[in-house]
Amino acid sequence: MNDRPLFDPSRRDLLAAGLGVGLCVVWRPARALSDELTGALRGFTGGAPTREGKVNFDIAPLVENGNTVPITVTVDNPMTTANHVQAIAVFNEKNPQREVIACKLTPRVGRPVVSTRIRLATTQQLVAVAKLSDGSYWTHTVDVVVTLAACIE
Amino acid sequence: MLALAWLLGWASAFAQSAPDSKRSGFDTMSPRIQAMQRDDQQNPGMLWVADGEVLWNKIFGITFSCAHCHGDAKKSMRGVAARYPDWDPIDKKPVDLTQRINLCRTRHQLVLPLPPESEEMLGLEAYVAHQSRGMPMAPSAAKELDAPRERGRQQYEQRIGQLNLSCALCHDKLPGHMLAGATIPQGHVNGYPTYRLEWQGMGSLQRRLRNCLSGVRAEPPPFNSTEMVELELYLAQRSAGLKIETPAVRP
Amino acid sequence: MARTLIHAPTTARKGEVLEIRTLIAHPMETGYRAGADGRTLPRDIIRRFSCRYNGEVVFSADLYPAISANPYLAFNVVADASGSLTFTWEGDNGFAQTESATITVS
Repeated sequence: MNDRPLFDPSRRDLLAAGLGVGLCVVWRPARALSDELTGALRGFTGGAPTREGKVNFDIAPLVENGNTVPITVTVDNPMTTANHVQAIAVFNEKNPQREVIACKLTPRVGRPVVSTRIRLATTQQLVAVAKLSDGSYWTHTVDVVVTLAACIE
Repeated sequence: MLALAWLLGWASAFAQSAPDSKRSGFDTMSPRIQAMQRDDQQNPGMLWVADGEVLWNKIFGITFSCAHCHGDAKKSMRGVAARYPDWDPIDKKPVDLTQRINLCRTRHQLVLPLPPESEEMLGLEAYVAHQSRGMPMAPSAAKELDAPRERGRQQYEQRIGQLNLSCALCHDKLPGHMLAGATIPQGHVNGYPTYRLEWQGMGSLQRRLRNCLSGVRAEPPPFNSTEMVELELYLAQRSAGLKIETPAVRP
Repeated sequence: MARTLIHAPTTARKGEVLEIRTLIAHPMETGYRAGADGRTLPRDIIRRFSCRYNGEVVFSADLYPAISANPYLAFNVVADASGSLTFTWEGDNGFAQTESATITVS
Protein backbone atom coordinates (compact mmCIF):
# COMPACT_ATOMS: atom_id res chain seq x y z
CA MET A 1 0.00 0.00 0.00
CA ASN A 2 1.33 3.45 -0.89
CA ASP A 3 2.37 4.98 2.43
CA ARG A 4 2.12 8.69 1.64
CA PRO A 5 2.14 11.11 4.56
CA LEU A 6 -1.35 11.48 5.93
CA PHE A 7 -1.52 15.28 5.64
CA ASP A 8 0.74 17.39 3.52
CA PRO A 9 3.03 19.62 5.56
CA SER A 10 1.13 22.86 4.89
CA ARG A 11 -2.15 21.42 6.18
CA ARG A 12 -0.46 19.86 9.21
CA ASP A 13 1.24 23.16 10.01
CA LEU A 14 -2.06 24.99 9.81
CA LEU A 15 -3.72 22.49 12.14
CA ALA A 16 -0.85 22.66 14.63
CA ALA A 17 -0.86 26.45 14.52
CA GLY A 18 -4.60 26.51 15.09
CA LEU A 19 -4.38 24.22 18.07
CA GLY A 20 -1.39 26.18 19.37
CA VAL A 21 -3.39 29.40 19.29
CA GLY A 22 -6.24 27.59 21.01
CA LEU A 23 -3.96 26.37 23.78
CA CYS A 24 -2.57 29.89 24.27
CA VAL A 25 -6.10 31.17 24.85
CA VAL A 26 -6.75 28.43 27.40
CA TRP A 27 -3.63 29.03 29.49
CA ARG A 28 -3.44 32.80 29.63
CA PRO A 29 -4.95 34.49 32.70
CA ALA A 30 -8.59 35.62 32.29
CA ARG A 31 -8.81 38.85 30.34
CA ALA A 32 -10.97 41.81 31.27
CA LEU A 33 -14.69 41.45 30.68
CA SER A 34 -15.59 42.20 27.06
CA ASP A 35 -17.99 45.04 26.21
CA GLU A 36 -20.74 42.62 25.18
CA LEU A 37 -20.65 40.90 28.55
CA THR A 38 -20.40 44.17 30.48
CA GLY A 39 -23.58 45.33 28.75
CA ALA A 40 -25.40 42.05 29.40
CA LEU A 41 -24.41 42.15 33.08
CA ARG A 42 -25.62 45.73 33.43
CA GLY A 43 -29.00 44.66 32.07
CA PHE A 44 -29.19 41.96 34.74
CA THR A 45 -27.93 44.04 37.68
CA GLY A 46 -29.58 47.32 36.73
CA GLY A 47 -26.22 49.03 37.02
CA ALA A 48 -25.40 47.74 40.54
CA PRO A 49 -21.70 46.94 41.08
CA THR A 50 -20.50 43.36 40.65
CA ARG A 51 -17.58 41.62 42.33
CA GLU A 52 -15.60 38.52 41.32
CA GLY A 53 -15.95 35.74 43.85
CA LYS A 54 -18.30 33.33 45.64
CA VAL A 55 -19.38 31.94 42.26
CA ASN A 56 -17.73 28.94 40.60
CA PHE A 57 -18.49 28.50 36.89
CA ASP A 58 -17.46 24.94 36.02
CA ILE A 59 -17.02 24.42 32.27
CA ALA A 60 -14.40 22.63 30.18
CA PRO A 61 -11.72 25.07 28.93
CA LEU A 62 -11.61 23.16 25.63
CA VAL A 63 -15.03 21.74 24.82
CA GLU A 64 -15.57 18.41 23.08
CA ASN A 65 -18.41 19.86 21.02
CA GLY A 66 -19.86 23.37 21.06
CA ASN A 67 -23.39 22.10 20.50
CA THR A 68 -23.69 20.47 23.91
CA VAL A 69 -21.43 21.81 26.66
CA PRO A 70 -22.15 20.69 30.24
CA ILE A 71 -21.90 23.52 32.78
CA THR A 72 -22.37 23.76 36.54
CA VAL A 73 -22.63 27.03 38.46
CA THR A 74 -22.10 26.81 42.23
CA VAL A 75 -22.37 29.67 44.71
CA ASP A 76 -20.71 29.70 48.11
CA ASN A 77 -23.74 30.60 50.24
CA PRO A 78 -25.64 29.03 53.20
CA MET A 79 -29.12 29.48 51.61
CA THR A 80 -30.80 30.59 54.83
CA THR A 81 -33.81 32.88 54.86
CA ALA A 82 -31.55 35.73 55.97
CA ASN A 83 -28.77 35.05 53.48
CA HIS A 84 -29.51 33.22 50.26
CA VAL A 85 -28.98 33.32 46.50
CA GLN A 86 -31.97 34.85 44.73
CA ALA A 87 -30.85 34.41 41.14
CA ILE A 88 -28.15 32.84 39.00
CA ALA A 89 -27.65 33.86 35.36
CA VAL A 90 -25.17 33.03 32.63
CA PHE A 91 -24.23 35.30 29.73
CA ASN A 92 -22.10 34.67 26.64
CA GLU A 93 -20.01 36.90 24.43
CA LYS A 94 -20.33 35.65 20.86
CA ASN A 95 -23.53 33.67 20.38
CA PRO A 96 -26.31 35.44 18.42
CA GLN A 97 -27.78 36.58 21.73
CA ARG A 98 -26.17 37.19 25.11
CA GLU A 99 -28.51 35.34 27.48
CA VAL A 100 -27.99 31.66 28.22
CA ILE A 101 -30.10 30.97 31.32
CA ALA A 102 -31.55 32.93 34.22
CA CYS A 103 -32.65 31.01 37.33
CA LYS A 104 -34.63 32.16 40.36
CA LEU A 105 -33.87 30.42 43.65
CA THR A 106 -35.56 30.40 47.05
CA PRO A 107 -34.14 29.32 50.43
CA ARG A 108 -35.98 26.00 49.92
CA VAL A 109 -33.39 25.15 47.27
CA GLY A 110 -30.91 24.31 50.00
CA ARG A 111 -27.76 24.25 47.92
CA PRO A 112 -27.21 26.88 45.21
CA VAL A 113 -25.97 24.66 42.39
CA VAL A 114 -27.40 24.61 38.87
CA SER A 115 -26.31 22.32 36.01
CA THR A 116 -27.35 22.38 32.40
CA ARG A 117 -25.99 21.96 28.86
CA ILE A 118 -25.42 24.93 26.59
CA ARG A 119 -24.56 25.81 23.03
CA LEU A 120 -21.45 27.80 22.21
CA ALA A 121 -21.09 29.16 18.70
CA THR A 122 -17.36 29.77 18.92
CA THR A 123 -14.42 30.37 21.24
CA GLN A 124 -15.54 33.10 23.66
CA GLN A 125 -15.84 34.48 27.13
CA LEU A 126 -18.73 33.62 29.45
CA VAL A 127 -19.83 35.01 32.80
CA ALA A 128 -21.96 33.50 35.57
CA VAL A 129 -23.54 36.00 37.98
CA ALA A 130 -25.33 35.42 41.29
CA LYS A 131 -27.63 37.88 43.03
CA LEU A 132 -27.71 37.50 46.81
CA SER A 133 -30.56 38.44 49.13
CA ASP A 134 -28.52 41.38 50.44
CA GLY A 135 -28.60 42.90 46.96
CA SER A 136 -24.96 42.17 46.09
CA TYR A 137 -23.89 40.64 42.78
CA TRP A 138 -21.01 38.18 42.41
CA THR A 139 -19.46 36.91 39.19
CA HIS A 140 -17.08 34.36 37.71
CA THR A 141 -15.75 34.85 34.19
CA VAL A 142 -14.35 32.04 32.04
CA ASP A 143 -12.72 31.74 28.62
CA VAL A 144 -13.68 28.70 26.57
CA VAL A 145 -12.17 27.30 23.38
CA VAL A 146 -14.64 25.80 20.93
CA THR A 147 -13.65 23.91 17.78
CA LEU A 148 -15.83 22.45 15.05
CA ALA A 149 -16.41 18.72 15.01
CA ALA A 150 -14.10 16.91 12.60
CA CYS A 151 -16.82 15.00 10.75
CA ILE A 152 -20.21 16.64 10.24
CA GLU A 153 -23.21 15.88 7.99
CA MET B 1 9.03 9.34 28.59
CA LEU B 2 7.99 11.47 25.63
CA ALA B 3 10.45 9.62 23.38
CA LEU B 4 8.99 6.28 24.45
CA ALA B 5 5.45 7.49 23.80
CA TRP B 6 6.53 8.78 20.39
CA LEU B 7 8.20 5.45 19.58
CA LEU B 8 5.10 3.52 20.64
CA GLY B 9 2.93 5.80 18.56
CA TRP B 10 5.23 5.33 15.56
CA ALA B 11 5.25 1.55 16.01
CA SER B 12 1.48 1.36 16.22
CA ALA B 13 1.22 3.56 13.14
CA PHE B 14 2.54 0.68 11.06
CA ALA B 15 0.00 -1.84 12.31
CA GLN B 16 -2.15 -2.95 9.40
CA SER B 17 -5.01 -4.64 11.24
CA ALA B 18 -7.40 -3.48 13.96
CA PRO B 19 -5.67 -2.16 17.10
CA ASP B 20 -4.27 -4.87 19.39
CA SER B 21 -5.85 -3.36 22.45
CA LYS B 22 -9.40 -2.38 21.61
CA ARG B 23 -10.55 0.74 23.36
CA SER B 24 -14.07 2.06 23.21
CA GLY B 25 -14.60 5.67 22.16
CA PHE B 26 -15.79 6.17 25.74
CA ASP B 27 -12.15 6.18 26.87
CA THR B 28 -11.18 9.16 24.70
CA MET B 29 -13.91 11.39 26.11
CA SER B 30 -13.51 13.90 28.93
CA PRO B 31 -14.81 12.92 32.39
CA ARG B 32 -17.74 15.34 31.99
CA ILE B 33 -19.04 13.61 28.86
CA GLN B 34 -18.30 10.19 30.33
CA ALA B 35 -20.49 11.15 33.29
CA MET B 36 -23.25 12.14 30.86
CA GLN B 37 -23.24 8.64 29.40
CA ARG B 38 -22.82 6.77 32.66
CA ASP B 39 -25.81 8.25 34.48
CA ASP B 40 -29.07 6.96 33.01
CA GLN B 41 -30.89 10.01 34.28
CA GLN B 42 -28.49 12.38 32.55
CA ASN B 43 -27.97 10.36 29.35
CA PRO B 44 -30.14 11.98 26.65
CA GLY B 45 -30.09 8.69 24.71
CA MET B 46 -32.30 7.22 27.43
CA LEU B 47 -35.14 9.44 26.18
CA TRP B 48 -35.12 7.37 23.00
CA VAL B 49 -34.85 4.12 24.95
CA ALA B 50 -37.95 5.18 26.88
CA ASP B 51 -39.72 5.95 23.59
CA GLY B 52 -38.65 2.57 22.25
CA GLU B 53 -40.19 0.78 25.22
CA VAL B 54 -43.53 2.42 24.44
CA LEU B 55 -43.25 1.46 20.77
CA TRP B 56 -42.31 -2.11 21.69
CA ASN B 57 -45.68 -2.48 23.38
CA LYS B 58 -47.65 -0.51 20.80
CA ILE B 59 -50.02 -2.21 18.40
CA PHE B 60 -49.17 -0.96 14.94
CA GLY B 61 -51.84 -1.05 12.29
CA ILE B 62 -54.37 -3.81 12.77
CA THR B 63 -52.06 -6.60 13.86
CA PHE B 64 -49.96 -6.77 17.00
CA SER B 65 -47.06 -5.31 18.95
CA CYS B 66 -43.46 -6.50 19.15
CA ALA B 67 -44.28 -7.69 22.68
CA HIS B 68 -46.97 -10.03 21.32
CA CYS B 69 -44.31 -12.35 19.82
CA HIS B 70 -41.20 -11.33 21.73
CA GLY B 71 -42.63 -10.78 25.17
CA ASP B 72 -40.48 -8.96 27.66
CA ALA B 73 -37.63 -7.40 25.69
CA LYS B 74 -35.35 -7.51 28.72
CA LYS B 75 -35.27 -11.28 28.31
CA SER B 76 -35.95 -11.92 24.64
CA MET B 77 -33.76 -9.20 23.20
CA ARG B 78 -30.78 -9.77 25.46
CA GLY B 79 -27.80 -10.60 23.24
CA VAL B 80 -29.58 -9.77 19.98
CA ALA B 81 -27.79 -6.51 19.20
CA ALA B 82 -24.49 -8.18 20.09
CA ARG B 83 -24.61 -10.43 17.03
CA TYR B 84 -25.96 -7.99 14.45
CA PRO B 85 -25.58 -7.49 11.47
CA ASP B 86 -26.77 -11.03 10.83
CA TRP B 87 -27.74 -13.15 7.83
CA ASP B 88 -31.33 -13.04 6.65
CA PRO B 89 -32.07 -16.47 5.13
CA ILE B 90 -35.20 -15.32 3.30
CA ASP B 91 -33.75 -12.36 1.40
CA LYS B 92 -30.32 -14.05 1.44
CA LYS B 93 -28.30 -11.03 2.48
CA PRO B 94 -26.82 -9.51 5.63
CA VAL B 95 -29.13 -7.16 7.52
CA ASP B 96 -28.44 -4.77 10.37
CA LEU B 97 -30.70 -4.29 13.38
CA THR B 98 -32.81 -1.51 11.82
CA GLN B 99 -33.42 -3.62 8.74
CA ARG B 100 -34.31 -6.59 10.94
CA ILE B 101 -36.85 -4.47 12.82
CA ASN B 102 -38.38 -3.39 9.52
CA LEU B 103 -38.47 -6.99 8.27
CA CYS B 104 -40.47 -7.91 11.37
CA ARG B 105 -42.82 -5.04 10.60
CA THR B 106 -43.37 -5.93 6.94
CA ARG B 107 -43.33 -9.72 7.22
CA HIS B 108 -45.10 -10.29 10.53
CA GLN B 109 -46.79 -7.12 11.73
CA LEU B 110 -47.95 -6.31 8.18
CA VAL B 111 -47.23 -2.61 8.50
CA LEU B 112 -45.05 -0.21 6.53
CA PRO B 113 -41.35 -0.12 7.33
CA LEU B 114 -40.09 2.80 9.40
CA PRO B 115 -37.95 5.31 7.44
CA PRO B 116 -34.22 5.35 8.24
CA GLU B 117 -33.30 7.75 11.08
CA SER B 118 -36.96 8.29 11.96
CA GLU B 119 -37.58 8.94 15.65
CA GLU B 120 -39.59 5.72 15.95
CA MET B 121 -36.89 3.60 14.37
CA LEU B 122 -34.19 5.16 16.54
CA GLY B 123 -36.33 4.61 19.61
CA LEU B 124 -37.00 0.94 18.81
CA GLU B 125 -33.40 0.26 17.82
CA ALA B 126 -32.12 1.99 20.97
CA TYR B 127 -34.52 0.01 23.14
CA VAL B 128 -33.57 -3.33 21.58
CA ALA B 129 -29.81 -2.66 21.59
CA HIS B 130 -30.01 -1.32 25.14
CA GLN B 131 -31.07 -4.79 26.32
CA SER B 132 -27.58 -6.00 25.37
CA ARG B 133 -25.80 -3.23 27.26
CA GLY B 134 -22.78 -4.58 29.10
CA MET B 135 -22.54 -7.68 26.88
CA PRO B 136 -19.54 -8.05 24.59
CA MET B 137 -20.12 -7.63 20.88
CA ALA B 138 -20.19 -11.18 19.46
CA PRO B 139 -20.82 -11.10 15.70
CA SER B 140 -22.83 -13.91 14.15
CA ALA B 141 -20.73 -16.84 12.95
CA ALA B 142 -22.97 -17.61 9.94
CA LYS B 143 -20.70 -18.73 7.10
CA GLU B 144 -22.73 -16.78 4.55
CA LEU B 145 -21.48 -13.56 6.18
CA ASP B 146 -17.81 -14.26 5.41
CA ALA B 147 -17.78 -12.90 1.87
CA PRO B 148 -19.85 -9.76 2.60
CA ARG B 149 -17.69 -9.08 5.66
CA GLU B 150 -14.54 -9.35 3.57
CA ARG B 151 -16.01 -6.84 1.11
CA GLY B 152 -16.69 -4.57 4.09
CA ARG B 153 -13.06 -4.89 5.17
CA GLN B 154 -11.89 -3.93 1.70
CA GLN B 155 -14.11 -0.84 1.85
CA TYR B 156 -12.63 0.02 5.23
CA GLU B 157 -9.11 -0.03 3.81
CA GLN B 158 -9.91 1.64 0.50
CA ARG B 159 -8.84 5.27 0.09
CA ILE B 160 -11.83 7.35 -1.03
CA GLY B 161 -13.03 10.88 -1.47
CA GLN B 162 -11.35 14.14 -2.46
CA LEU B 163 -9.15 13.86 0.62
CA ASN B 164 -8.18 10.35 -0.50
CA LEU B 165 -8.33 8.85 2.96
CA SER B 166 -9.38 5.42 4.13
CA CYS B 167 -11.02 4.54 7.44
CA ALA B 168 -7.93 2.50 8.33
CA LEU B 169 -5.57 5.46 7.97
CA CYS B 170 -7.16 7.41 10.83
CA HIS B 171 -8.76 4.72 12.94
CA ASP B 172 -6.18 1.92 12.72
CA LYS B 173 -3.00 3.96 12.36
CA LEU B 174 -3.70 7.20 14.22
CA PRO B 175 -6.12 6.71 17.11
CA GLY B 176 -5.14 8.93 20.02
CA HIS B 177 -3.80 11.63 17.71
CA MET B 178 -5.65 14.91 17.23
CA LEU B 179 -7.78 15.96 14.28
CA ALA B 180 -8.40 19.67 14.83
CA GLY B 181 -9.71 19.80 18.42
CA ALA B 182 -10.92 16.21 18.53
CA THR B 183 -9.06 13.07 19.58
CA ILE B 184 -9.23 10.39 16.87
CA PRO B 185 -10.93 7.32 18.39
CA GLN B 186 -10.39 3.75 17.24
CA GLY B 187 -13.81 4.03 15.61
CA HIS B 188 -15.66 1.19 17.32
CA VAL B 189 -19.35 0.61 16.94
CA ASN B 190 -20.30 -0.69 20.37
CA GLY B 191 -22.61 2.18 21.32
CA TYR B 192 -25.13 2.54 18.51
CA PRO B 193 -27.61 4.12 18.21
CA THR B 194 -25.63 6.93 19.79
CA TYR B 195 -26.51 10.35 21.15
CA ARG B 196 -23.99 12.50 19.35
CA LEU B 197 -23.38 15.96 20.86
CA GLU B 198 -22.81 17.35 17.36
CA TRP B 199 -26.29 16.18 16.30
CA GLN B 200 -27.90 17.09 19.62
CA GLY B 201 -29.86 13.95 18.94
CA MET B 202 -29.80 10.23 18.41
CA GLY B 203 -28.43 8.60 15.28
CA SER B 204 -27.60 5.22 13.84
CA LEU B 205 -24.22 3.87 12.77
CA GLN B 206 -25.11 4.52 9.15
CA ARG B 207 -25.68 8.19 9.90
CA ARG B 208 -22.30 8.40 11.61
CA LEU B 209 -20.58 6.66 8.70
CA ARG B 210 -22.16 9.15 6.31
CA ASN B 211 -20.64 11.95 8.42
CA CYS B 212 -17.20 10.35 8.05
CA LEU B 213 -17.71 9.92 4.31
CA SER B 214 -18.73 13.57 3.94
CA GLY B 215 -15.69 14.40 6.03
CA VAL B 216 -13.34 12.92 3.44
CA ARG B 217 -15.44 14.46 0.66
CA ALA B 218 -16.73 11.17 -0.65
CA GLU B 219 -20.29 10.60 -1.78
CA PRO B 220 -22.08 8.65 0.94
CA PRO B 221 -23.96 5.59 -0.36
CA PRO B 222 -27.73 5.60 0.27
CA PHE B 223 -29.11 4.37 3.58
CA ASN B 224 -29.37 0.58 3.70
CA SER B 225 -27.36 0.09 0.53
CA THR B 226 -25.35 -3.13 0.23
CA GLU B 227 -22.05 -1.30 0.77
CA MET B 228 -23.31 0.32 3.97
CA VAL B 229 -24.43 -2.96 5.50
CA GLU B 230 -21.23 -4.78 4.46
CA LEU B 231 -19.17 -2.04 6.07
CA GLU B 232 -21.29 -2.30 9.24
CA LEU B 233 -20.71 -6.05 9.16
CA TYR B 234 -16.94 -5.62 9.08
CA LEU B 235 -17.04 -2.91 11.78
CA ALA B 236 -19.02 -5.18 14.09
CA GLN B 237 -16.36 -7.87 13.72
CA ARG B 238 -13.65 -5.27 14.30
CA SER B 239 -15.34 -4.26 17.56
CA ALA B 240 -15.89 -7.85 18.72
CA GLY B 241 -15.32 -8.20 22.44
CA LEU B 242 -16.07 -4.59 23.33
CA LYS B 243 -19.00 -4.18 25.68
CA ILE B 244 -22.14 -2.68 24.22
CA GLU B 245 -22.84 0.80 25.61
CA THR B 246 -26.12 1.68 23.92
CA PRO B 247 -27.17 4.42 24.28
CA ALA B 248 -23.65 5.82 24.10
CA VAL B 249 -22.90 9.55 24.21
CA ARG B 250 -20.20 10.75 21.83
CA PRO B 251 -18.90 14.18 20.71
CA MET C 1 -46.32 14.98 25.17
CA ALA C 2 -42.52 15.09 25.13
CA ARG C 3 -40.57 12.29 26.75
CA THR C 4 -39.08 13.28 30.13
CA LEU C 5 -36.63 11.64 32.50
CA ILE C 6 -36.78 12.86 36.08
CA HIS C 7 -34.56 11.89 38.97
CA ALA C 8 -36.26 12.87 42.21
CA PRO C 9 -35.89 10.76 45.35
CA THR C 10 -39.20 9.31 46.59
CA THR C 11 -38.20 9.27 50.25
CA ALA C 12 -36.01 11.60 52.32
CA ARG C 13 -35.18 12.66 55.86
CA LYS C 14 -36.47 16.05 56.93
CA GLY C 15 -33.96 18.75 56.10
CA GLU C 16 -32.06 16.60 53.61
CA VAL C 17 -30.93 18.44 50.48
CA LEU C 18 -32.04 16.46 47.41
CA GLU C 19 -30.59 16.64 43.94
CA ILE C 20 -33.25 16.87 41.26
CA ARG C 21 -32.27 16.06 37.67
CA THR C 22 -34.62 16.68 34.77
CA LEU C 23 -34.30 15.90 31.08
CA ILE C 24 -36.95 16.59 28.44
CA ALA C 25 -36.97 15.74 24.72
CA HIS C 26 -37.21 19.00 22.76
CA PRO C 27 -35.29 20.27 19.70
CA MET C 28 -34.77 23.81 21.10
CA GLU C 29 -34.73 25.28 17.60
CA THR C 30 -32.79 28.50 18.06
CA GLY C 31 -34.42 30.72 15.46
CA TYR C 32 -30.97 31.46 14.02
CA ARG C 33 -30.48 28.34 11.92
CA ALA C 34 -31.18 28.15 8.18
CA GLY C 35 -33.17 25.23 6.86
CA ALA C 36 -32.42 23.22 3.71
CA ASP C 37 -34.13 25.89 1.59
CA GLY C 38 -31.95 28.65 3.05
CA ARG C 39 -34.76 30.32 4.99
CA THR C 40 -34.33 30.78 8.72
CA LEU C 41 -36.17 28.15 10.74
CA PRO C 42 -38.49 29.84 13.25
CA ARG C 43 -37.59 29.70 16.92
CA ASP C 44 -39.16 26.86 18.87
CA ILE C 45 -37.74 26.57 22.35
CA ILE C 46 -38.77 25.85 25.90
CA ARG C 47 -38.70 29.27 27.54
CA ARG C 48 -39.49 28.54 31.15
CA PHE C 49 -39.07 25.77 33.69
CA SER C 50 -40.48 25.78 37.19
CA CYS C 51 -40.42 23.36 40.10
CA ARG C 52 -43.20 23.55 42.66
CA TYR C 53 -43.00 21.83 46.02
CA ASN C 54 -46.50 21.35 47.46
CA GLY C 55 -47.72 24.14 45.21
CA GLU C 56 -45.06 26.74 45.96
CA VAL C 57 -42.44 27.60 43.34
CA VAL C 58 -39.03 26.78 44.83
CA PHE C 59 -36.91 26.98 41.68
CA SER C 60 -37.51 28.37 38.22
CA ALA C 61 -35.44 29.15 35.17
CA ASP C 62 -35.79 31.18 31.98
CA LEU C 63 -34.20 29.27 29.11
CA TYR C 64 -32.82 30.85 25.95
CA PRO C 65 -31.77 29.46 22.54
CA ALA C 66 -28.28 28.87 23.96
CA ILE C 67 -29.61 25.91 25.93
CA SER C 68 -28.86 22.66 24.07
CA ALA C 69 -31.55 20.46 22.60
CA ASN C 70 -33.15 17.98 25.02
CA PRO C 71 -32.64 20.42 27.90
CA TYR C 72 -31.06 19.04 31.04
CA LEU C 73 -31.55 20.94 34.27
CA ALA C 74 -30.26 19.85 37.67
CA PHE C 75 -30.83 21.75 40.90
CA ASN C 76 -31.45 21.12 44.62
CA VAL C 77 -34.48 21.12 46.88
CA VAL C 78 -34.67 20.79 50.68
CA ALA C 79 -36.97 17.94 51.76
CA ASP C 80 -39.11 19.74 54.33
CA ALA C 81 -42.52 18.03 54.03
CA SER C 82 -44.16 15.06 52.35
CA GLY C 83 -46.15 15.86 49.27
CA SER C 84 -45.56 16.45 45.61
CA LEU C 85 -42.96 18.00 43.40
CA THR C 86 -44.32 19.28 40.09
CA PHE C 87 -42.15 20.21 37.15
CA THR C 88 -43.53 22.47 34.44
CA TRP C 89 -41.99 23.30 31.07
CA GLU C 90 -43.50 26.06 28.92
CA GLY C 91 -42.39 27.36 25.58
CA ASP C 92 -43.03 28.52 22.04
CA ASN C 93 -45.99 27.30 20.00
CA GLY C 94 -48.00 26.73 23.15
CA PHE C 95 -45.69 24.07 24.50
CA ALA C 96 -46.70 23.21 28.04
CA GLN C 97 -45.98 20.05 29.99
CA THR C 98 -46.15 19.13 33.65
CA GLU C 99 -44.78 16.06 35.38
CA SER C 100 -45.09 15.16 39.06
CA ALA C 101 -43.23 13.15 41.62
CA THR C 102 -44.31 12.30 45.14
CA ILE C 103 -41.99 12.55 48.07
CA THR C 104 -42.32 11.10 51.55
CA VAL C 105 -40.37 12.96 54.19
CA SER C 106 -39.79 11.39 57.60
